[in-house]
Amino acid sequence: MATQQIVEIEPEAGSRSGALTTRWQLDRRYLPVLGTLVVLVLMLVIGGSRYDNFLSGRVMANLLINNGFLIVLAVGMTFVILTGGIDLSVGAVVALSTCLSAWMFTRGWSAAVAIPASILVGTLIGYLVGLMVHVFEIQPFIATLAAMFLARGLCYLVAPESIPITDPTVVALSQTRWGSADGLVITPSGVIALVVVAVAFVLLHYTRFGRTVYAIGGNEQSARLMGLPVARTKVLVYVISGTCAGLGGFLFAVFSRSGYSLTGVGMELDAIAAVVIGGTLLTGGSGFVLGSVLGVAVLGLIQTIITFEGTLSSWWTKIVIGALLLVFVVLQRLLVVRRRSR
Amino acid sequence: MTDAAATTSPAGATSPGAPVVEMTGISITFPGVKALDGVDFRLFPGEVHALMGENGAGKSTLIKALTGVYAIDSGRIVVDGQERAFAGPAEAQTAGISTVYQEVNLCDNLSVAENVMLGHEVRRAGGIDWRATRAAAREHLRALDVDINPSSSLSSHSLAVQQLVAISRAMVVDARVLILDEPTSSLDADEVAKLFDVVRTLRARGVAILFVSHFLDQVYAISDRMTVLRNGRLVGEYRTAELERVDLVQKMIGRSLEVLERLEEAPKPQVAERRDATPYLQAIGLGRKGSIEPFDLDVYPGEVVGLAGLLGSGRTELARLLYGADRADTGSLHVEGDPTRLRSPRSALEHGIVYSSESRKTEGIIGDLTVRENIVLGIQAERGWLRRVPQRRADEVVDQYIRTLGIRPANPDAIAGNLSGGNQQKVLLARWLATAPRLLLLDEPTRGIDVGAKAEIQRLVAELAADGMAVVFISAELEEVLRLSHRLAVLRDRRKVAELANTDDVTTDVVVDLIASGGQQ
Amino acid sequence: MSADPTPSPATAPDEATLPGSPAQPRFSVGGLVRHRLFWPLVALVVLLVASVLKSPQFLQVTVLDGHLFGGPVDILRRSAVLLLVALGMTLVIATRGIDLSVGAVMAIAGAVALTQIATSPSPGSVTTVTTAILTALAVCLLVGVFNGFMVSVVGIQPIVATLVIMTAGRGIAMLITGGQITTVTSAPYKTLASGFWLGLPVAALIAAFFFAVTAAVTRRTALGVLIESVGINPTASRLAGVRARTIIWTVYVVCALFAGIAGILQSSNIMAADSNNAGLFIELDAILAVVIGGTSLAGGKFSLTGTLVGVLVITTLTLSITILGIPVSAVSLFKALVVIAVCLLQSPVVRRKMRARRRAQSAVPVEVAA
Repeated sequence: MATQQIVEIEPEAGSRSGALTTRWQLDRRYLPVLGTLVVLVLMLVIGGSRYDNFLSGRVMANLLINNGFLIVLAVGMTFVILTGGIDLSVGAVVALSTCLSAWMFTRGWSAAVAIPASILVGTLIGYLVGLMVHVFEIQPFIATLAAMFLARGLCYLVAPESIPITDPTVVALSQTRWGSADGLVITPSGVIALVVVAVAFVLLHYTRFGRTVYAIGGNEQSARLMGLPVARTKVLVYVISGTCAGLGGFLFAVFSRSGYSLTGVGMELDAIAAVVIGGTLLTGGSGFVLGSVLGVAVLGLIQTIITFEGTLSSWWTKIVIGALLLVFVVLQRLLVVRRRSR
Repeated sequence: MTDAAATTSPAGATSPGAPVVEMTGISITFPGVKALDGVDFRLFPGEVHALMGENGAGKSTLIKALTGVYAIDSGRIVVDGQERAFAGPAEAQTAGISTVYQEVNLCDNLSVAENVMLGHEVRRAGGIDWRATRAAAREHLRALDVDINPSSSLSSHSLAVQQLVAISRAMVVDARVLILDEPTSSLDADEVAKLFDVVRTLRARGVAILFVSHFLDQVYAISDRMTVLRNGRLVGEYRTAELERVDLVQKMIGRSLEVLERLEEAPKPQVAERRDATPYLQAIGLGRKGSIEPFDLDVYPGEVVGLAGLLGSGRTELARLLYGADRADTGSLHVEGDPTRLRSPRSALEHGIVYSSESRKTEGIIGDLTVRENIVLGIQAERGWLRRVPQRRADEVVDQYIRTLGIRPANPDAIAGNLSGGNQQKVLLARWLATAPRLLLLDEPTRGIDVGAKAEIQRLVAELAADGMAVVFISAELEEVLRLSHRLAVLRDRRKVAELANTDDVTTDVVVDLIASGGQQ
Repeated sequence: MSADPTPSPATAPDEATLPGSPAQPRFSVGGLVRHRLFWPLVALVVLLVASVLKSPQFLQVTVLDGHLFGGPVDILRRSAVLLLVALGMTLVIATRGIDLSVGAVMAIAGAVALTQIATSPSPGSVTTVTTAILTALAVCLLVGVFNGFMVSVVGIQPIVATLVIMTAGRGIAMLITGGQITTVTSAPYKTLASGFWLGLPVAALIAAFFFAVTAAVTRRTALGVLIESVGINPTASRLAGVRARTIIWTVYVVCALFAGIAGILQSSNIMAADSNNAGLFIELDAILAVVIGGTSLAGGKFSLTGTLVGVLVITTLTLSITILGIPVSAVSLFKALVVIAVCLLQSPVVRRKMRARRRAQSAVPVEVAA
């Protein structure tokens, strides 16, 4: 019996893709994100060649300025989708957050209280959703749908009409610009968005919590049998999504300087689209926050290109996003099927 | 019926004589069924112990009792000298009892290192130190002589390698007891050899390994001792070296005296002269990788072909190939002489071939529909959605089968999911028989059915054959197979090893010998 | 252990142990539906009573100009659009799917029909209107074929597959109308939503007609049972020879078709094709109606009558809130509470507790692993 012999194990020699994967070990998991990157680069190239000033600092900076809140939403949504769930309530929570802070400002609360409150309302709703999903085993679709109605309903109660925000802190945050005079500027909101991305990245890739998120998405039953804290993690991802929605609401309030109950209609779909286009599989277990950021960038670029084009009307945005979604989703499906059939 | 158990430590053990796991008088009763009845079980460190038994013997229940999935009604579980009652597998894992399942419960979207170290990653300054974690993973894998790239994705490796990764993980959590649940079902010979090397390494380290398998050769190759269960009771604990294969098979299958007494008087079916020269169904070299080796089989109209073999020998796999539920890799199928490609169950139905699955819950009964709707489903599916089966015809058919098969409660509007297993089986049979098939593939049709109904079904099968139907009959009970079949095909370890006519001199002993010897007699 | 077989029967008694179990009622399926509909019906009654208390003439039906007028008539008329969408949604949900694109399909239907009428030489003629409607429905059919293909053939999750049209659909509708809200003047088209026939609103009659057709087709033919079978246990259904793929494909086509009809009705209501707002969020209301009506999101047994009740509850709610003087903003909150209540009651955890209580009364042997 050869006990001390080290045995080389080759991955299955049968399939061609197996040989490819051996050499490019990591590629399979990164394929979807690489696809997004390719699309992004393509868009930059096409835009840069077609229009003047497309690749200017100002245009790129505006991408971040205009979409900072969506980045935060997409980051939160990534956590949820990685576990195989979905969160339809984020748009409504954004609205609730803006309405709540605006309302509190009119009541004389200071920014130091109003801003954290508007973020925490998202945390609270996320916690409720987490309870519904985990304790009551309600499907995430329905649980977050209920949360959406709830948040929207609370919005109408708090702010039946649009409330402008004139608090000096908020105004200051809204108007501050850092950076070079000609174009490449960044706002506090943008910084916050980038910080959120960084924190999420560390959470997902360098903590046990993050690895548990991926494990649950890969195979929840296995994760449980492996002794991982599945219950706690599932509730936490919805808390994170809710908090991100609250934070996104705050960023949106800074951006629009008002609290309006009809904000954020359809925003959750934008977030989901960004996450899907960013390479995260809706079935869970596979995807990256950086991919979701790229997804937001793609969505933003589509909008920019259409603006530059001038003659194209805004409805093309929807069609292009829909088409992109289709392409990505079909490709992802093919990837899964190929993996299964080995 | 317990044989005297070996009481000394297994030969070759290097550790002290106290068992690491000792279960005494374990009984578990579920409503209507006593799954375990006063079972004793001992596991010593540094041994490989095989748990043997047929379907329903209680192996799975015993293991679930140990790991805390089921609560025990009576008895004691002592682990390392302490009486324990685990709340679940996670707690058992912390106490040193790890299980590696047939489906390899890992997350294949993650890398090998992540899977090995999940939950136990090496941390530094609050975050995970991946380099150290990967190095630790590599060490654990190396300790089992497995050298693969820890950064590689788990899904890029074969099931055999994934199993080894799962075993490495068990070592990460300091398993003292490793339960391997049917680990070799999907492995080829080389992979099995590698697995056994790993098992031997662990044994040398003092780990106690509980090995559940139906492959007799493997059990004899690797285990030191074995415990045999039958019908929820302990048959005995033996040293592998001291138990002949034939005796083992005998103890596992045993003789159900009651059944024999009841049906003793029925004569054997006459080996019919072939009425037609062409078999209704002919399989030539039909096989599927990982499922069953290529086999030949002819089934003639008016004939019952019985498939005999232990659980896991490939009988269901064979039947699924004949039905088109699985697609064959090699070989060909002929229906009434014409080569046919059965692409789906639907095309099999169109050729008059029906398959009554053994997993009636997942593949048979539509739980929320009524008994009537379930029975009529087969003929309805044939007619398509537009032409509904006329109410009167449906009522006739349903009433006929409720009567003939004794379905209880005798109410066509009862929700099928609420019926007992036995009655669900009858409903399924009714569904298939209602389509007036030409070939009936019956996979464990009498499992979970009381003796009286069993006799009815057997009589029914005999009548159908006499009327010209071709039947393939699978059952774990040899007596039943012998009672009904005109011909027998014997399977073992996913291979058809013998075929013989069921003449009067063929007894269960003969078949048991064939199984045990693998057809090499 | 991976397959959990039933234990060997040597000692297990069979079904003889059910002496005490009650005889199953003849219409056990009806009993189930009745049970589930109890609370929604109570809610409906409460709303109606509250409205009558506040506004006593609410439930009065008068005859005016040869037509019926009054609260109940209003409810019927307003329910028409939602009912059509919810009907299709019921069938899709029964197969374990979902269709988020219905709102966009409504927009597309309105856009196609109205554009055709607007650009035709005789917008007021019945022929033009009929052709326009048929064209619009044909387009919706295509959308349904697309959705069904994605789900049943390519195998994409229904949420995602229908999300594509949900995102792109309104853009397509706007493309058709050239970015404008197309308005037309066409008497035949107007009668669809505003007209009366035999005293009853045409819209309600149309919805009732399709309700009757759907009920007849699903319950008179085997389609209903096959749909339920596919939703409850797709594997077993396939093994039984059911053409699961075709059935799943078909329900998406039907859903899109019905959404198209609803879109035409809605555009007829405002005599305009507003691609941005047509059918906005109606998928949520439709799903809510289906869930209230007792059909589970997990698929399987469905109840068209239940969906009807669900639709009536939602429509009455909106109407009652106006009558009761509650600000419109409260509708959303109320809906949220209803959804949450329904979900909690329908959740597996609660159902298990209720089933355990019921099981304790009749000793039915339970299937377990050996």
